[in-house]
Amino acid sequence: MEELLLARLNYWTYIILMMIGLYAMIGKRNLIKKLIGMSIFQSAIILFFVSIGVKRDATIPILKHEIVHAYHEGAHTEKGSAEAKSTSSELGPAPSEPAGRHGNGSLPAIDPQQYENPLPHVLMLTAIVVGVSTLGVALAIVQSIYRECGSLEEDIILRRMELRDD
Amino acid sequence: MIEQFPIFVLMFPLFGAILVTLLGFWKQRLAFPITLIALGGSLFASVETLRATVEAGDIVYYLGGWPRPFGIEFHIDQLNAIVLLVISTSAFLAGVYSKRTAELETPEKTIPFYILYLLMVTALLGITLTGDAFNLYVLVEVSSLTGYALIAMGSRRAAFAAFRYVIMGTIGASFYLLGVGYLYIKTGSLNMIDIREVIHGADLVQSPSIQVAFIFIMIGLWIKMAFFPLHAWLPNAYSFAPIGSACLIAPLVTKVTVYIMIRIMITVFGADYVFGSLPWSEIVSWLAVIAIIAGSIMALAQTDLRRMLGFLIVAEVGYMVGGAWLANQTGLIGSIFHIVSDAFMTLCLFLFAGIVFLHAGVRRIRDMQGLFHTMPVTMFGFTVGALAMIGVPPTCGFFSKWYLINGGIEAGHWGFVIALLVSSLINAILFFRIIEIAYFEPIDAPDHDGHRKTHGHSGTKISEAPMSMLLPLCVAALSLVLIGLFNHEIVVLIKDFLVSAGMPGPPS
Repeated sequence: MEELLLARLNYWTYIILMMIGLYAMIGKRNLIKKLIGMSIFQSAIILFFVSIGVKRDATIPILKHEIVHAYHEGAHTEKGSAEAKSTSSELGPAPSEPAGRHGNGSLPAIDPQQYENPLPHVLMLTAIVVGVSTLGVALAIVQSIYRECGSLEEDIILRRMELRDD
Repeated sequence: MIEQFPIFVLMFPLFGAILVTLLGFWKQRLAFPITLIALGGSLFASVETLRATVEAGDIVYYLGGWPRPFGIEFHIDQLNAIVLLVISTSAFLAGVYSKRTAELETPEKTIPFYILYLLMVTALLGITLTGDAFNLYVLVEVSSLTGYALIAMGSRRAAFAAFRYVIMGTIGASFYLLGVGYLYIKTGSLNMIDIREVIHGADLVQSPSIQVAFIFIMIGLWIKMAFFPLHAWLPNAYSFAPIGSACLIAPLVTKVTVYIMIRIMITVFGADYVFGSLPWSEIVSWLAVIAIIAGSIMALAQTDLRRMLGFLIVAEVGYMVGGAWLANQTGLIGSIFHIVSDAFMTLCLFLFAGIVFLHAGVRRIRDMQGLFHTMPVTMFGFTVGALAMIGVPPTCGFFSKWYLINGGIEAGHWGFVIALLVSSLINAILFFRIIEIAYFEPIDAPDHDGHRKTHGHSGTKISEAPMSMLLPLCVAALSLVLIGLFNHEIVVLIKDFLVSAGMPGPPS
């Protein structure tokens, strides 16, 4: 039970939030409430994505200071021997660069288990932007509906539109 | 130079949009020429891309030089290349047409209209080019956002129709995103080809997460493409949109979404996974049968020309989804061929609806008396479009139906075959009704409570629309015949794609 509920709390929350959002988007008759539902719905998905990047006992995906330092040293010694083909390695070599990999072997290994997966977070940055723009467009549309019909209630809007059609 | 053409397809409309933004507010007259040049450049680049694909096989274009699976990849095979050409041609024709509609319908919003127009074309082309599942989501949302705005520019009721589209579109896109999330959990990749390799390589075929991902993605796409029970947003949105927007959105958006569905089925999950290990082919093709019949019957009940066309799109989506889910090569050929032909048929008919609405003030079918006498060229274009919708050879509609029906027979799916035939019959009724009214009914019939903004029809005086509207209509009508005549070449390309994607033909 605990395994099912607590260990997966994020996922349960995301499902519940998603259902709330979906209900508001479809069931509510007020346009602004629908949009609130839409925001909740999108936030639920963001929560889901952010949750899948998490690992136990992991830290933010920035290399630990000692490791960066060690690689720096390694790069410098290597640079000394290979006589600096480029100065770009001054800018702190990326761990995947061959300069770091083929060091003299004493460099600390980078364990991916120690770092959270940053990719879902990056994806969600984009998704947040998309969500904000959707909300912006939707609010602009609601504004023009309100100017046209003088109401935000779906039933009233529909009735007024029918009347004006004839 | 030639290897850069895939990105040029996208860059022309994108930078065109930026240029219109910068220069348009300075000199409003510049907006239209810039739009046209951008669309023309994109058209040229996509022709070249198609030629390169035919000559040298698939093109792989790594953006920024990052290889698979790290970067974003444009993977262009025959399917992309065909759809690219369809999008850029149809956007170019609708672009020429939009000069007049933008002046007449949204005179104070010309600049935003062209910016949104170009951005939408960019997004649609990007959807077709990209080989990255998340990138696809972003581009789908860009195309939808521009679509919402383009639709909401329209008549009084357009805003409310657009609002419903926003709600449904967001649900659809979010479902797609969730599906991508589940795929990412299991495969750790977002690149379409890489995902398929992981699914089949790491033996995830039985994994429930992958199945959940598949269901979410499919439901999301079905909402976006207005597949039957999820279609409610479409007819209003398309019929209240401004003509200029509708001529871009109606032919392309649903077709591109069908393209995404086929791409996801074939490239991401693999045909053997979708048709082999999942039990849904049968269910989905029956849903498609219902979509076809229901869409056609609802179209029959409409009095408004553009609403009728909207419901016909719902039926046509049923054709394409059904064809794709028949689980054989012939059905898929029919489905992909129908993407091409339906895009041009819908374009032709919406261009026609725009001309009669803006130029003759006709919105309802019963008000169309005498149009053959006053607008012979327009009605000629319409007749070709109508014949294609019905499926009369040698127009393209006949050949796509031919392959779809053959696919249905091959799969032993008689329901689908009957649905296609019934729908063709209903199309015949719908369009011959219009032709009858427009050709035989006398012009001086009593006007129906002033719905017709009379243009003083004195006898049978010809009053045609201007060239900028007639020419796209005629080119669209001509292309319907050309696609029909060159169907063999297109089908060979599609077949090449399907065979290389692991969808062999019937044992002969």
